[in-house]
Amino acid sequence: MELKVLGPAKPSEDGCSKGSCGSTDDQMAHLPEHIRERVKNHPCYSEEAHHHYARMHVAVAPACNIQCNYCNRKYDCANESRPGVVSELLTPDQAVKKTLAVAATIPQMTVLGIAGPGDPLANPSRTFDTFRQLSDKAPDIKLCVSTNGLTLPDHVEELVKHNIDHVTITINCVDPEVGARIYPWIFWKNRRIRGVKAAKILIAQQQKGLEMLVERGVLVKVNSVLIPGVNDEHLKEVSRIVKEKGAFLHNVMPLIAEEEHGTYYGVMGQRSPSQSELTALQDACGDMNMMRHCRQCRADAVGLLGEDRGQEFTLDKIDAMEIDYDAAMAKRAEIHQAIEASRDAQRAAQTAKSATAPASGLPKGLRSVYMAVASSGQGVVNQHFGHAKEFLVYEASPEGARFIGHRKTDQYCAGDTTCGDAETALQRTIRVLDGCEVVLCSKIGIEPWGHLEDAGILPNGEHAMEPIEEAVMAVYREMFQTGQLAPPAFENRSA
Amino acid sequence: MAYEITAACVNCFACMDVCPSGAIREAKPHFLIDAAKCTHCEGDFADPQCASICPVEMAILNEFGEAANPQGSLTGIPLERLQALAAAGIL
Repeated sequence: MELKVLGPAKPSEDGCSKGSCGSTDDQMAHLPEHIRERVKNHPCYSEEAHHHYARMHVAVAPACNIQCNYCNRKYDCANESRPGVVSELLTPDQAVKKTLAVAATIPQMTVLGIAGPGDPLANPSRTFDTFRQLSDKAPDIKLCVSTNGLTLPDHVEELVKHNIDHVTITINCVDPEVGARIYPWIFWKNRRIRGVKAAKILIAQQQKGLEMLVERGVLVKVNSVLIPGVNDEHLKEVSRIVKEKGAFLHNVMPLIAEEEHGTYYGVMGQRSPSQSELTALQDACGDMNMMRHCRQCRADAVGLLGEDRGQEFTLDKIDAMEIDYDAAMAKRAEIHQAIEASRDAQRAAQTAKSATAPASGLPKGLRSVYMAVASSGQGVVNQHFGHAKEFLVYEASPEGARFIGHRKTDQYCAGDTTCGDAETALQRTIRVLDGCEVVLCSKIGIEPWGHLEDAGILPNGEHAMEPIEEAVMAVYREMFQTGQLAPPAFENRSA
Repeated sequence: MAYEITAACVNCFACMDVCPSGAIREAKPHFLIDAAKCTHCEGDFADPQCASICPVEMAILNEFGEAANPQGSLTGIPLERLQALAAAGIL
């Protein structure tokens, strides 16, 4: 299908041609100053920021106006971490109270998002009541919203009025035939509409909403769920179109589909993509600014992207908290200043280094190596191997270190034995690190060390507290010097 | 007879927001339809609104006491598949 493109198509010369195509600091370099300023402390819009700043979602929006084949509205499990799942639905007043409590307790928190568990814009009064109160009571917090886009055009003015300048639209397709395999129905003009007709309406509304937001200068992130065999090839076209229309960032996420989730895809055996399929697609999306650090968090997640501190802020707990928000806001400003000073120092140190030693100094054509990093934030190697709930994966090559994604050690469900096999935590960790040759951490016990070595993954605790990318490249250089990057022996390819 | 909400309801507010008669209220363990206020949306809309937006199969009964959205009608999951999963204790 041919889609109308608003405004002149931009040449792609402002894009990123080198390996590091994450929404990294580097990637941000070509953006105008005022936009960099707007995203520099948003953990979802800036890969570099997510090491330093936290976000939270408040679950005030339970109603939805469409059905997606990867979603089951019956779900509620405290051990699950994936979009659409929440434990405690909040009223706008409760959500405001919770936000103030979290902002006072976690000063790194910069962003409040409403993302469900339904569609925020299918719950306009609950969503906008929450935004209205927060823009008044917590003016230092950025507000953002995530939507399926069906009613987005109707709400653009209201979003702009509340100064919401980060909006995420989930766009899985631009072709209604593809859409009909993702969305069984929508609720539109007081009727339930099904099939291709429904997908056509949804797609038109999403594209119109995207255009309207871009016209008004709102930063738009597009989320797409990668569904092998359904929209995998198609997402390249989606990426191209949303880039042309002025979306700021594209976040392609892997489908989560397990039988026990009861979703259509889960029950019907639709498979999820592998990490390499995901990376290949992200790389194939050309010079669009791609997000690779998404954790596909719950609609009530709290904390840094890799963590969820929601259990500290249940309603009964926040009721018992005394919050002096003015004092908290002053403290937050102070802490944000310190974070920015340390980021500036880190950047300056890196610039100084790269000026004296251009590139990596390594010969081109060396094979690249995946390394897993245990970090609890601040962009440095600072976590004990055994404490890591996730590992950041970097690809080291002569061109430098680039962020690939993350691997969770406790999978979506860390519940009891009914949730899966009796694999030990260490075995599971080793399995999720498949493909990585090195794991960088601040410390590691003797026992896991041995098991990792047996699995062909070399633990390394010698770069504790060093900036991640520097540490990754230092290890890569060592591997080169000790002959570990030699090309593999010639393989007989005649078979 | 009025429309009715069953225990399958997940309390998502969607029906309450679209009911033209203000007949639906939040309640525990699930939302309820006030039979005296429910008009089946006759005169307002071609389709009953609660049944047209409800995301959960079997959660709303029509005026004849039948499921407005029977099993499989919203997700497209075949009945045999649902029964097999239920029998295996997965769903």
